Amino acid sequence: MADAALQDGPRGPKPKKSFSRANIFLYGTLLLVSIYYLLPLYVMIVTSLKGMPEIRMGNVFGPPMEITFEPWVKAWSEACTGINCDGLQRGFWNSVNILIPSLILSISIASVNGYALANWRFKGSETFFTILIIGAFIPYQTMIYPIVIILREIGLMGSLGGLVLVHAVFGMPILTLLFRNYFTSLPEELFKAARVDGAGFWGIYFRIMLPMSLPIFVVAIILQVTGIWNDFLFGVIYTRPATYPMTVQLNNIVNSVQGVREYNVNMAATLLTGIVPLVIYFASGKLFVRGIAAGAVKG
Amino acid sequence: MDAAKRPNKLFRNLNSKIASIPMILTVLVVFVGGTTWTVVHSFTNSRLLPRLDFVGLDQYERLWSSSRWMISIQNLAIYGICSLILTLVIGFALAACLDRKIRGEAVFRTIFLYPFALSFVVTGLAWQWILNPDFGMQSVIRDFGWTSFAFDPLNNPDIVMYGILIAGIWQGSGFIMVVMLAGLRGIDEDIWKAARVDGIPTWKTYVVIIIPMMRPIFVTALVLIASGIIKLYDLVVAQTNGGPGLASEVPAKYVINYMFQAQNLGQGFAASTMMLVSVIIILIPWAYLEFGGKKNG
Amino acid sequence: MKLTTKLLAATCIVSVSAASAVELEVTHWWTSGGEAAAVSKFAEAWNATGNTWLDGAIAGAGGTARPIIISRILGGDPMAATQLNHGRQSEELIEAGLMLDLTEVAEAGGWRDVVNPSSLLDSCTLDGRIYCVPVNIHSWQWLWLSHAAFEQAGIDVPTNWEEYVAAAPALEEAGILPLAMGQQSWQQSGAFGVMAIALAGEEAWRAVHVDRDEDVAGGPEYARVFESAVTARDMASGSNVQDWNQATNMVITGQAAGQIMGDWAQGEFQIAEQVAGEDYSCLPGLGEAAILDTGGDAFYFPVNSDPEVTAAQLELAALMISPEVQVAFNLAKGSLPVRGDIEMSAANACMQKGLEILADGNILPTGDMLFTPDTQTQIEELMAEFWTSSMSAEDAQSRYVSIIAAAD
Repeated sequence: MADAALQDGPRGPKPKKSFSRANIFLYGTLLLVSIYYLLPLYVMIVTSLKGMPEIRMGNVFGPPMEITFEPWVKAWSEACTGINCDGLQRGFWNSVNILIPSLILSISIASVNGYALANWRFKGSETFFTILIIGAFIPYQTMIYPIVIILREIGLMGSLGGLVLVHAVFGMPILTLLFRNYFTSLPEELFKAARVDGAGFWGIYFRIMLPMSLPIFVVAIILQVTGIWNDFLFGVIYTRPATYPMTVQLNNIVNSVQGVREYNVNMAATLLTGIVPLVIYFASGKLFVRGIAAGAVKG
Repeated sequence: MDAAKRPNKLFRNLNSKIASIPMILTVLVVFVGGTTWTVVHSFTNSRLLPRLDFVGLDQYERLWSSSRWMISIQNLAIYGICSLILTLVIGFALAACLDRKIRGEAVFRTIFLYPFALSFVVTGLAWQWILNPDFGMQSVIRDFGWTSFAFDPLNNPDIVMYGILIAGIWQGSGFIMVVMLAGLRGIDEDIWKAARVDGIPTWKTYVVIIIPMMRPIFVTALVLIASGIIKLYDLVVAQTNGGPGLASEVPAKYVINYMFQAQNLGQGFAASTMMLVSVIIILIPWAYLEFGGKKNG
Repeated sequence: MKLTTKLLAATCIVSVSAASAVELEVTHWWTSGGEAAAVSKFAEAWNATGNTWLDGAIAGAGGTARPIIISRILGGDPMAATQLNHGRQSEELIEAGLMLDLTEVAEAGGWRDVVNPSSLLDSCTLDGRIYCVPVNIHSWQWLWLSHAAFEQAGIDVPTNWEEYVAAAPALEEAGILPLAMGQQSWQQSGAFGVMAIALAGEEAWRAVHVDRDEDVAGGPEYARVFESAVTARDMASGSNVQDWNQATNMVITGQAAGQIMGDWAQGEFQIAEQVAGEDYSCLPGLGEAAILDTGGDAFYFPVNSDPEVTAAQLELAALMISPEVQVAFNLAKGSLPVRGDIEMSAANACMQKGLEILADGNILPTGDMLFTPDTQTQIEELMAEFWTSSMSAEDAQSRYVSIIAAAD
């Protein structure tokens, strides 16, 4: 189990002395690489705090001489797309409205799927599962048009419900895999004992499996929040301008150049869009790592 | 397994089947149905609206004679090969560094992984800004006195794919590092002890013993990276929108452009079918090993 | 900000007073400064009637917006009205019965008599029925020149393409980019189209675009066009902006000497408070041949099942072409009005030039009306490749010939 393994200590060879040459080299490399990873975040932050005149003169890496929050205010509530000048805030609430139902629907479907696949296999269930997993790798482009038609036929095109459904469908493969692996790893005796007691499919799910699977639910939530929040393609195709998620609105604002490009506003808008997944990531710490590791490495 | 014997086969395990209906529908209607629909229509001359007016392989012939498609494929190949190798190398190297009982492991891990929480749109915009020739890296290095320094990948058709590569690796390599780290943690400490007793140097232990033992992890990482590469779209749209000229076009963008902008659905479907075929070529052997070979997960 | 407040105020008044007010969602891809100012003229006029304009701007030019617009119409969730370039792009949507028939409004408003040139209305017409409202005339054939840039280089502002090309070395010496060019394929192929009309001449252009004559496309007139395109490419090397209005901004600020761009660039000069003839010059047809193509924007109204919305759609259609709205909108956008019967005395020197050419009838249909989007995309691809590589004039021409030969 990958997720359990991360909790154990490192396995690599122990460094000999704390100031050996190898050690300096090791930390040096890590620090150097850290710069590459941190640079964009740093640049985005300092740029978003500068005024336009300073940006035109200075370089992107210099700290702001005069800190201004103007770009943040503008990005959040004043930036224009066409004649709508209400900034990113609308997109933020749209994203929240999209996120919550998508999260609930996709996770409840996937957890039940995973449970059925782990404990109640039926003829063909593994075949469906294999196709489902392959489905995770199909380029979305192959599916865009058929989904337009499916949504039209069920009357959900352009509505919030349609997008929620799309997220549930495309979140299903990885989440199902996650839950299936988790439920498989639980001791089989529990399940057998409950069966002997006469509990049925739903009884076992709600009374035994659900209470035991809190960690995996947290992982699934983290995975889905970042995934759904960051989605761009589905948001742009299956919604309408009034319900555009934040990523689409970000792209709109950045690409609506009126006069000169306001790099500081663009960077503030970019950071605002990234804040939700970043907060989730930093707050959840190890759980996030365990989550994606468990999803990726078959447990 | 449901061991109870019931008269009708269909009703056996009924609740489980009912609970799996969303999954079965998704698989049959969206994945299988949608894909088949697209493949079928790639043999038609559909323009703006889909229609079943078959023209054989015309769309494919045109696709493979289109220079934009060829550029897209080449770009994807450059991006794909570089990104595959670099992500694996960086991911493994970082994981190995972190696995050496260092101080601040959690801090480093957080730094390497945070980009993964950001969307490609955000990633593309951030790097577009850093690589901006007038304000970004290039101008800063020139200000230091090296006035002939030139690094403007996003405006130079010859190296634009590397500009995208820098951003792509930044976003995705931390994730592969975590996968690798999980793999390294799964290796028995006795192996390290044994290697030390035998006096095998550290680097050799990695190459000769550890990496071969981590084969399944590498395969998983490979599949994860490869599937991401084929889907490459948002990043390009946000960072360069295919430019300058056609220099950073990728297949996914070709599909979208032909479906909706050029209003030639047939051509777009033919291109997406080609993408599908390449995914299947990558995936079938892996899926067979992972899920077909052994029955228990 | 002022505009938003005004709009909000208008919306509030409407929602309180008129219970029957209809909210119409209108999608378009007008997001630059001048364009947004022009759209707000429509919105203000519409809100003044007691209805509500729900703005659905989609950034990133037609290429980004069209997929979204089309997938929504096809998906059965249409907007009330949408900008689309008229011409062959929407043929299939009309044939599929997805677009509202505007013939009655058009007859009531006498569009046939007032729309000039009448070809604009023809491209909205299919089988004798009218399906779209042309709102303006745009022509691509303009060269915009910065007076400040030429002054700095110490040379006179050119009056034609030859002089302009000759001025390039002096401009470069003065540290000025001779030609600003956005790195997007539609701009690159647009500039090529301008050179084709101006340098190959009307006859050759018609032979290629209307008759699909491969021999002319491969002939000496077009060879000259491709050679000039190579020259233009050299003049524009070092131009690394993306959006057209960023390129226009380089001309406004004098960083670049000129730009080949349609008359919508006018709106940007206006917003920057530049005066035509003093701060900048415009040369129709590159100063070589005063011919304009008459493309333009049009609004389509997707079929809707709600009769109240349908009535409002027809009302909006009539409003967009009404004289007052036409004047206000086109002055802001820098385009020419579609009506021949209105007073445009407020227009500046550049627009007057355009109006004159229009009155003289030196007009051509636009590429949108003659080529399918598929063919246009292929030409754009060729041009994108041509402008960013060192492709020779001969190679480009031979590929151009094969695209023309395959056009349907």
